[in-house]
Amino acid sequence: MYGGGYIFDEPNRKQQREEQLHDDPVKLAAFEARIARGEKIEPGDWMPVEYRRQLIRLIEQHAHSEIIGALPEGTWITRAPGFKRKLALIAKVQDEVGHGQLLYNAAETLGKSREAMINDLLSGKSKYSNVFNYPAETWADVTVIGFLIDAAAIVNQVANSKGSYGPYCRALERICYEESFHLKQGHDAFIELATGTPAQKAMLQDALNRWWQPIMHFFGPPDKTSSHSEKLMQWKVKMASNDDMRNQFLDAYVPKIWELGLTLPDPLLKKNADTGKWEYSDPDWDLFFEVIKGNGPCNKERLDVRKWAEENGRWIRKALMREDEMERSALPVA
Amino acid sequence: MQLQQAIQELITKMADDELVIGHRNSEWTGLGPVMEEDIAFSSMAQDKIGHAWALYRILHESFGGSDPDQFAFLRNAQDFRCCHFVEMPIGSYEFSLMRHFLFDHAETVRYQSLSGSSFTALQHLAGKVKGELKYHTLHADAWVIQLCTAGADSRQRMQSALDNCFQLAGGIFEPGEGEDLLIAEHIYPGEAALYQQWLNNISPVIEKAGLILPALTAPVYGGRKGQHTQYLQQLLEEMGEVFRLDPEATW
Repeated sequence: MYGGGYIFDEPNRKQQREEQLHDDPVKLAAFEARIARGEKIEPGDWMPVEYRRQLIRLIEQHAHSEIIGALPEGTWITRAPGFKRKLALIAKVQDEVGHGQLLYNAAETLGKSREAMINDLLSGKSKYSNVFNYPAETWADVTVIGFLIDAAAIVNQVANSKGSYGPYCRALERICYEESFHLKQGHDAFIELATGTPAQKAMLQDALNRWWQPIMHFFGPPDKTSSHSEKLMQWKVKMASNDDMRNQFLDAYVPKIWELGLTLPDPLLKKNADTGKWEYSDPDWDLFFEVIKGNGPCNKERLDVRKWAEENGRWIRKALMREDEMERSALPVA
Repeated sequence: MQLQQAIQELITKMADDELVIGHRNSEWTGLGPVMEEDIAFSSMAQDKIGHAWALYRILHESFGGSDPDQFAFLRNAQDFRCCHFVEMPIGSYEFSLMRHFLFDHAETVRYQSLSGSSFTALQHLAGKVKGELKYHTLHADAWVIQLCTAGADSRQRMQSALDNCFQLAGGIFEPGEGEDLLIAEHIYPGEAALYQQWLNNISPVIEKAGLILPALTAPVYGGRKGQHTQYLQQLLEEMGEVFRLDPEATW
């Protein structure tokens, strides 16, 4: 799944503007011409400082979202009902961790080590998709995540796979291919509940009600308030606006949800026949930013699990690497 | 005990071992010391649970047993025939790795012998499973040797893990009722023979890793008779939590 549509950026841009001044204008023009021609940028190629920084931020947060995203569903592997669901869920969560691995590798080509990225995740410096800071309370939550959050992530990832950085695009192509299977299994499990016993239907409706707001948050704040950069669009780092992706998602999936006799907790949700765009109530954006700051229901729990894994696994990673490699990898990237 | 019943006992204990260790291995999801190990344990968990499913299907199809989902998700601890070794919580990574090493070598020996079984359903399944287990033992051997040769600290951790695991691992080979019949009918060679072959297989790896193999003085038996640790019932309650909400529903 799991590239959150919204990529958090730190507010301090002063240093970045100064660095950008040092980019060689001739090289910059040639670089932008390559992107305009649809060429892919590869690791050894010249690239602006800001392009590298933004890509590291984007890919790193995507990678973190994969491994943190494995946790809410992962806790249900041991409770999945029946062999078919149990095996499908293990396979799916395994894929997500594998996606994290692919993405860390892609980000490493830009000069930041996996260890440094994980350190930034654990210190809170680097973020992951907000949607994983909510609890998966019942089995129905697993089906909502598997169907709708994966679907939302696919919208985002398909867009990003057409971006300009070669290693990221290639990782995303493989990820999207696997995601299409995840979506099928998520959809299948979702339908099973939607067409099941009254208790199963009620469980699903309850999960849908709780997850709707995090899903609406998924693609990030509305374009009118979002400080998205035209430069990032020109460099093909950001490939679609938050509202466009949200609209694409609603267009594809709201009818599927309604067809199953389920409801969504937004009385204003409807498609405007004239504009072809979906209208909806604004989700609580203050809450969204609170959760990013670390005040969501599960932020601490998610990071605590990762910290446990990092701390308990340290001697093993040490046994796999030479001492000097271990020290080097822990250094911040210059 | 009749031969048919003895075969069912054999399949049940094998399947229960696989289901429970698969369940335990899956608990490493998101917790592995490196992402590659997360993925490896998930992958092996799928194989184990898949083997259990295949064995329960044999019980269902060849012996008229209940539906595999119902059989696996609704029984209580006293009806399980797994050994105590697989029931133990995942503990530290070195415990789980050592369990994986000892258990998968035992599985390999068992399925190798079953690939010549006179009971066709098991013979067919063993042919397939053997191929998968090759990668499990390759993985286990590589990690045990790597960690044991990376310094005194990690070797000591692995030695302690081996010491903690070994009597429990002996429980894999707990003799069962009706075993003589199974040996006589060439269903499989019996637990004592498997145990000897297992020792032969693990010894070179243990030696290469610089570990000291404890003597098997008190193998932990009881699981094959339905006597279990407290951990099994807890595990089964968790495993059946959703399924038991409505066992007649499809999920």
